[in-house]
Amino acid sequence: MKTSESRIHEKLSILADAAKYDVSCASSGSKRKNENKGLGDATGMGICHSYTEDGRCVSLLKILLTNQCIYDCAYCVSRKSNDIKRAAFTIEEVVELTINFYRRNYIEGLFLSSGIFKNADFTMERLVTIARKLRTEHKFNGYIHLKTIPGASENLMKEAGLYADRLSVNIELPTETSLKTLAPDKNYEEIMTPMSYLSEAITEYKAEKALIKSAPVFAPAGQSTQMVIGATPESDKDIMFQANTLYRQFNMKRVYYSGYIPIGGDERLPGIGTPPPLIREHRLYQTDWLMRFYGFDVKEIVSDDHPNLDVDVDPKLGWALRNLHEFPIDINTADYAMILRVPGIGVGSAQKIVAARRFGKLDWYQLKKIGVAMNRVKYFVVCSKQDVLFGDATPGAIRHRILSMGKSKYESAYSPQLSLF
Amino acid sequence: MTQFIYDGTYTGLFTAIFDVYERRCDDAQIVKSHGMQALVFSDNIEVCTDNAKAERVLKGLRKKVSPECFANLYSCYLSELKGIENTILQFVQYVFASRKNVEDNYGHTAVLDVAQIARKVGREKHRFEAFVRFENIGDRLFYAPIDPDYNVLPLIVPHFKRRYADQDWIIYDTRRKYGVHYSEATGELHEAVIDFSVERNDRALTGISFDPDETLYQDLWKNYFKSTNIPMRRNMKLHLQHVPKRYWKYLVEKK
Repeated sequence: MKTSESRIHEKLSILADAAKYDVSCASSGSKRKNENKGLGDATGMGICHSYTEDGRCVSLLKILLTNQCIYDCAYCVSRKSNDIKRAAFTIEEVVELTINFYRRNYIEGLFLSSGIFKNADFTMERLVTIARKLRTEHKFNGYIHLKTIPGASENLMKEAGLYADRLSVNIELPTETSLKTLAPDKNYEEIMTPMSYLSEAITEYKAEKALIKSAPVFAPAGQSTQMVIGATPESDKDIMFQANTLYRQFNMKRVYYSGYIPIGGDERLPGIGTPPPLIREHRLYQTDWLMRFYGFDVKEIVSDDHPNLDVDVDPKLGWALRNLHEFPIDINTADYAMILRVPGIGVGSAQKIVAARRFGKLDWYQLKKIGVAMNRVKYFVVCSKQDVLFGDATPGAIRHRILSMGKSKYESAYSPQLSLF
Repeated sequence: MTQFIYDGTYTGLFTAIFDVYERRCDDAQIVKSHGMQALVFSDNIEVCTDNAKAERVLKGLRKKVSPECFANLYSCYLSELKGIENTILQFVQYVFASRKNVEDNYGHTAVLDVAQIARKVGREKHRFEAFVRFENIGDRLFYAPIDPDYNVLPLIVPHFKRRYADQDWIIYDTRRKYGVHYSEATGELHEAVIDFSVERNDRALTGISFDPDETLYQDLWKNYFKSTNIPMRRNMKLHLQHVPKRYWKYLVEKK
């Protein structure tokens, strides 16, 4: 292998490895058409081109421009006090990698982040240059997700928004107290200022675009953020309330939850060998989905009475068991919003049920064929007034029956709890 | 039972449906000609593919169902599942027998089957928008072999035409032995016919198998794929669920 080739290999392995803890992978939601007979098109839904052995999707070339950083955030592998190999791509290298991966249909586009070198503007400027080159010199219409560096000037953020499909600033940790403890150089204000700028700019440009067709698009796929969970002592309620605020206040497209993976070197954090909180992370995402697609209010799922999500059962089933008085519902008459709340019925099935029952009453057989999870649904639904199924079952009994029926995919991870039954 | 034998084309299938109506046949089965098993106690009718007949049925359908539902029928046909012709026939008969639009009546077997099979084919289509891997075989010609479960090539071509408007490419279905070639110069699509024996000889003669950078980028991609994995989160079950082994042979990162 030539020296130049082995050098680029080394950079790629270091800078992909350093970027992988940023979990955002979305490549959807943009409207960038290939109108200039250029390369790429980002109009459709997102595409996951591959999946790594950890089961996470690979959609974008996710790299840092450099892992050199002037900050010392305890949870971050690239913090300045960490003794690791450092590397930096040149602008041209990132452009070439993106184009060549894209031409081979390996990726949907580029996710570019960076450690902070010199200062925020200096770093941000380089990220923007790469996006600009891709768009203007290479007529690249694929997806670009840029990290917004907290503290970067509004001019740079604005330019970034004109080239990128999505922008993101990470909230990092669920509360400011934790952030102050682990990332002494950062504060919430510095993070929320760009979030609020982006949220306003996105709304403004969208309004303009609605009136004037030729108006430029600004981050058409919106903004997202992520927080590390399991590194600090917040409850699930703290986390989800924070997420809810971010969705409402800044119109976030997505909030990502990144289970902390111990990297060592700091006694304030879980030590090396502590397994990442995978089940908890999964339950948080389920709650996030319930808020965004199932019409649940965050307070219905976590509250002072239930500050933490149940690891054994998903949050939708958990809610139903706490609210058995709302059930059973009649599948042939209940409104859509309520059908959506039944454990074992997803958005697709709910829509099919509501559409199909206009043609005649649905029975159990049809319900099953439509694809609902009968082992759950049967405790919460009737198909006609005559049905009496589990009318006298208590929440505990239903929970036990559902849990004892299937083998959980997380069983190995929580076997100590299971042995209680 | 009366067996209608058609040539395997979409037009042929809808000609067969036309013939079923014309003969007022109420115990019809439609089968593809080469996959046909002669039923001893059935009448066999050879369907003669006729564009005008097929178009009459399709035109009638367009009036009774939504464009999405109309497209779903084509997807079902591309599934090549055994007996799919009869599912489509039952669906069409149900639609024509009903006064209002019944495409949402998921309580009806044929309606639900069409929706669910179309969804499966849609998933395979989406998968292949993801799993196509081009290699630059020289002169900026990008080649990708595929081997999908369902015949999704016609469904993915528009996506790739939009996306790779500025390069020449070929996507070739190695199981069904046909492909599509897009020419950047003309912006047009053509059927690609590849004689593999000849091509191999040519390559051996000239010694060129790839663009010089091709191996570099394939290696870089494998490197990236490995580096972006988090070993502490290893979850092979999930990995295999998303990338089943049958797709590995053309995936650079899994080969």
